[in-house]
Amino acid sequence: MSLSIIKAGLLDTIQDTGRNGYGNWGINPGGAMDKYAAQVANMLVGNCCTAPLLEIHFPGPQILFEQNALIAITGADFEPMLNDEHIPLWQPVVTRKNTLLHFPKLNKGSTCYLSIHGGFCAEKWLNSYSTNLKAGAGGSNGQPLKKGDELNLKESTIYFAGLLRENKNLRVLPWHADVRSVYDDLSEILVIPGHEWPLLSEDSKKDFLDKEFSIHPSSDRMGFQLKGAELCMCRKIELLSSPVSFGTIQLLPDGQMIVLMADHQTTGGYPRVGHVISAHLPRLAQLRPGDPVKFKFTDIETAEKLLNMHDHQLKILQRACSNRLNELVC
Amino acid sequence: MPDTDYEIYSIGDAAVTLDFGNHIDKLLNRKALAIQQWIFTNTFPGLKDVIVSYSAVSVFFDPIAIQSLSPGKTSFQFISEKLKTAMKLTGYAEEGGEGSVVEIPVCYDSEFGYDLPYVSREKNLSTTEIIELHVSKIYYVYMLGFLPGFSYLAELNERLVLPRKPKPVPVVAGSVGIAGSQTGVYSLNCPGGWHIIGRTPLKLFDAGNSPPVWLKAGDHVRFKPISRDEFDHWV
Repeated sequence: MSLSIIKAGLLDTIQDTGRNGYGNWGINPGGAMDKYAAQVANMLVGNCCTAPLLEIHFPGPQILFEQNALIAITGADFEPMLNDEHIPLWQPVVTRKNTLLHFPKLNKGSTCYLSIHGGFCAEKWLNSYSTNLKAGAGGSNGQPLKKGDELNLKESTIYFAGLLRENKNLRVLPWHADVRSVYDDLSEILVIPGHEWPLLSEDSKKDFLDKEFSIHPSSDRMGFQLKGAELCMCRKIELLSSPVSFGTIQLLPDGQMIVLMADHQTTGGYPRVGHVISAHLPRLAQLRPGDPVKFKFTDIETAEKLLNMHDHQLKILQRACSNRLNELVC
Repeated sequence: MPDTDYEIYSIGDAAVTLDFGNHIDKLLNRKALAIQQWIFTNTFPGLKDVIVSYSAVSVFFDPIAIQSLSPGKTSFQFISEKLKTAMKLTGYAEEGGEGSVVEIPVCYDSEFGYDLPYVSREKNLSTTEIIELHVSKIYYVYMLGFLPGFSYLAELNERLVLPRKPKPVPVVAGSVGIAGSQTGVYSLNCPGGWHIIGRTPLKLFDAGNSPPVWLKAGDHVRFKPISRDEFDHWV
């Protein structure tokens, strides 16, 4: 019971919400770049929010479903299509066997998520299905998906054929997730000041908060390089390596900054200018090369309040999706 | 250790660090390890990881879960209190004796130790002297980081201390490097900025093993020189 990769995309990997607890071995949590979109994708199809799913970059893959399936696409808008029909994002879709999912156009965003009811069969490594490319473990043999790969799916008890009309290849189910509050205003990113912030020169502090930076083309899952005003410390410091997190903004020797992303190294020795708040990591992850970004400081209380709001929304969504799915199949 | 200076600060809203300052000091590291062990032993919902570095210990957590443990406090306040308690209640992590030194075989052949000529010129030492200085010390593993299985060992004999390369270059897994007062083995192929003086046939990281890493913070390590022939036939 499977789907197959007819054409590989730029970088398609199996991810989940990551593997925690292995930092002392130098193994980072990894997982989806946009964990909000990934969790919503799973909830829409009635999966547990930590189920493995596909993270897709643009250009995306061409995927053939070899069986009927219930899927959802969330995150970036790469204009998903099943054969010649457009399908909406943030909404569950039943698809008939032998339909081809493809992504002809980049409209917005950076990473897109494909979930499937029941979840993918994938390699579990250190308690997670997410792909650790450096270690070559987890997901699909620790590798990105390539042409010819077949992914097996877990058995489902839902009779999808019964949900599809005779002459139709797909059916869009009538519930969707409203995620505007998470992704609106992509360009302002809230940040907690970093430990080395006081050591930046006064001009650099002004530049960090007033100027606009942009995402450099050589950005990837490990980090988003930023292009913009050159910053400097008011005195030279050599820091010993210490733990960093997803969202840590480091100042590099050349005066440019890098924001650490999902595949960041566990430790780093560069000055820490600030840390993007958890609630803004999804919108950060959806930025593309060339996109502008402006930083604004906030405090822990505000950061936690925003995260609570997201968590609250996710809990409501999960209950609602679960109920709607049950109504539909019973 | 009641008079030791330390600072507690957040690294974002989902991690807090207790930092003894920028020092390579075995005692501080063993205190960090003791705090880590205490937190693991006194775990709580929402705890994701506790990572030790040279002279700091960082707690990673889920702020939502922590909130429900202590309404009215931020998770920073909750975790800071845990760290302060751990500071008071712990001594130092036990140190392994001489018998627990891990021996790492290294071939210092010129093909593997391709930065030996550079180090030799910079430090005014012969290759033989460099190797002798590198193998005649027992090093302490302060932390793992950077890559799966990459261990930071210190302190090098001061005659070998020199700054890292200005830009990282591709390095082969097993390469033994030095930079600043540190030495270590690259566990995977990757870009690296340390000066490469040899190579070990050991796999310091193997995803298929349990645990997948060879060394951990608190271990002691000695390098043992082996010939090219021994390297090629290592089992």
